[in-house]
Amino acid sequence: MVQAVNDGLKSIMREDDSVLVLGEDVGPKGGVFLATEGLTSEFGEDRCFDTPLSEDGIIGVGVGLAMNGMKPVCEIQFQDFIFPAFDQIVSEAAKMRYRSGGQYTVPMVIRTPYGGGIRGGLYHSQSGEAYFAHTAGLKVVVPSTPYDAKGLLISSILDPDPVVFLEPKALYRAFREDVPEEMYTVDLSTTRDVVPGDDAVIFCYGAMVPVATEAARRVKESRNKDVRVVDLRTLMPLDEDAVLQAARDCGRIVIVQEAPRFCGYGSELSAMIAEHAVEYLEAPIKRVTGFDTPFPNTLENYYLPDARRVTDAVEEVLDF
Amino acid sequence: MGKASTIRRADPGTFPLHRVLQEDGSGLLDGVDSEFLPTEAKLLEIYRAMLTTRVLDERMLKLQRQGRVAFVGLATGQEAAIHGSGAVFETEDWIWSALREGGIAVQRGMPLREYIAHMFGNAEDTAKGRQMPNHFQCAEVNFPSWSSVLGTQLPHAVGAAMAMKRRGEPHVCAAYSGDGATSSNGFHCAMNMAAVYKSPVVFVVIDNGWAISVPSAKQTAAASYGTKAKAYGMPGIDVDGNDALACYQAVARATARARAGEGPTLLNLRTYRMGGHSSSDDPTRYRDDAEVAHWESRDPLPRLEAYLKAQGLYEQHGCASWREELVEEVAEAVNHAESVGPPALESLVEDVYAEPPKHLRRQVVEALRIVAEKGEADAVEGKFPL
Repeated sequence: MVQAVNDGLKSIMREDDSVLVLGEDVGPKGGVFLATEGLTSEFGEDRCFDTPLSEDGIIGVGVGLAMNGMKPVCEIQFQDFIFPAFDQIVSEAAKMRYRSGGQYTVPMVIRTPYGGGIRGGLYHSQSGEAYFAHTAGLKVVVPSTPYDAKGLLISSILDPDPVVFLEPKALYRAFREDVPEEMYTVDLSTTRDVVPGDDAVIFCYGAMVPVATEAARRVKESRNKDVRVVDLRTLMPLDEDAVLQAARDCGRIVIVQEAPRFCGYGSELSAMIAEHAVEYLEAPIKRVTGFDTPFPNTLENYYLPDARRVTDAVEEVLDF
Repeated sequence: MGKASTIRRADPGTFPLHRVLQEDGSGLLDGVDSEFLPTEAKLLEIYRAMLTTRVLDERMLKLQRQGRVAFVGLATGQEAAIHGSGAVFETEDWIWSALREGGIAVQRGMPLREYIAHMFGNAEDTAKGRQMPNHFQCAEVNFPSWSSVLGTQLPHAVGAAMAMKRRGEPHVCAAYSGDGATSSNGFHCAMNMAAVYKSPVVFVVIDNGWAISVPSAKQTAAASYGTKAKAYGMPGIDVDGNDALACYQAVARATARARAGEGPTLLNLRTYRMGGHSSSDDPTRYRDDAEVAHWESRDPLPRLEAYLKAQGLYEQHGCASWREELVEEVAEAVNHAESVGPPALESLVEDVYAEPPKHLRRQVVEALRIVAEKGEADAVEGKFPL
């Protein structure tokens, strides 16, 4: 996936010279995960440049670049380091179009690796999607495959609004997939059915997509039931129609997120389904999530939802 | 160069200030460098803008006291710093303002009706009534609004300036803040990054001595705000902010430097907030009358007026009638604003994104249904505290 991100950046930068990449170590080093490898040598230091160690500066400068005709792609090295820039994201980028009545806009992408699975402890593992999805004016996109990573990233860069683009670092090098060389887009606010099925549905995104897929396979074995797996891909604005349709089709619902449970993204999803499709439900909505704790280190594998826990939840809603 | 006053309790200490004008405005100080001094036309522009801001503020405060506008942040006492510096910039330059620099938008051509529409937050407000009063914007003159979160506009100025530089434009960004915001993250990262990238930015601190109730002596242990520039690797100059000519000259020199690709400069324009922080603040709770009286005697408006008179410009250009003209123009704009209604309820969900997503469309339909079935919303009774 990390190569697809790199390829997406190169494709759009070749087409549009207002696209700039900035962040810590994104220049000659190519980023700590090598997502920006080769950009400075191909496009020069004025299009892909290292910044001082200043997340609020990266995003603040990105906002100014975007307001004045550029399309900045800001990298925050780990999503855990984004909080110094929270003010710039929440108070400035997210609200600029609104507070100016549409006179000023921020077509900016904030790329950042999120989530666990690399033994990174408290500060290299968090999943903060709910903070951003809660903030009006931001779009939140989470790819789960190399193909989607490239297509969604290009769509995000072309989008007229600020996008928080959360890259599941656990999947950066998890598997290979052919990705077209040319530029292409995957529409934002569309979901993807990963596995078909009508007996139950698992809603998931990012690094939880392969986990949910494996759980669906195990449930086919254990219960001979067809479990649909829906990759949400864009958390805000969500394709509500697709989610509600899947909920109505299946009637038994499991939501998987690696973030803590309380006020997590799954809470909103669960409430939305309850508000709009309660008459179709045949079992309580189950969530499989991280614990309501800071992210652990040694016991990381127990914190993260795995196929075991997701299978258990799906079996529970099927048996209800 | 002269000595700063020590009367002001807010002073972190005494240090030299760049000065041009005699204290009484009767003429220039001896040995003043004539380079970058304002032309006669610029002097008149500055005076007119200062007077406009004074007249606007007087009227806005009255309206606030009458409950006709909700809030106002006055620039009284700071007009030389605001408009002396503001006169330097071309229309293509961008102005990043804070609470008290809205008058610069008017100086650059923002219509008074638009300015006052914003104070009322009515349907003619270009920001559709979404910001509190005193958060002016005017895209036609490259003047985005500030957010209320102090210092956040400063890195935006750096980014916008980087875009100018990248396109090879000869423009600059003017990055305004108050003295309080020099303690903010935004000030630090903007100063640092502007210097690293040699961005064409002119940082202008309007140092009025008070951040709401916190004096400069408690804001910083630095000898002056201007000295902060040194650590970032850019020049920093402390200027008599009640001396319109000195403000213009120092900012013009820094702007020429930025246009020439030599990077940013920090100007600290030392002035005084003669009134409260805002229409809701009572400054007698935290500062001495003597300090205020001292600065009232240094009011920048009569000081520049005295200079224009000494130069014969005041009479030659009929400046004596300007105040009355401005009072009438403002009154006309206020009358007009009071005839305009609030923005449409539908606008509540516009401009969150380029296109309103489904959940926002649903929310506004729901709001309209409630109005149709249950009537208009209850009034908000709360009062803004600061």
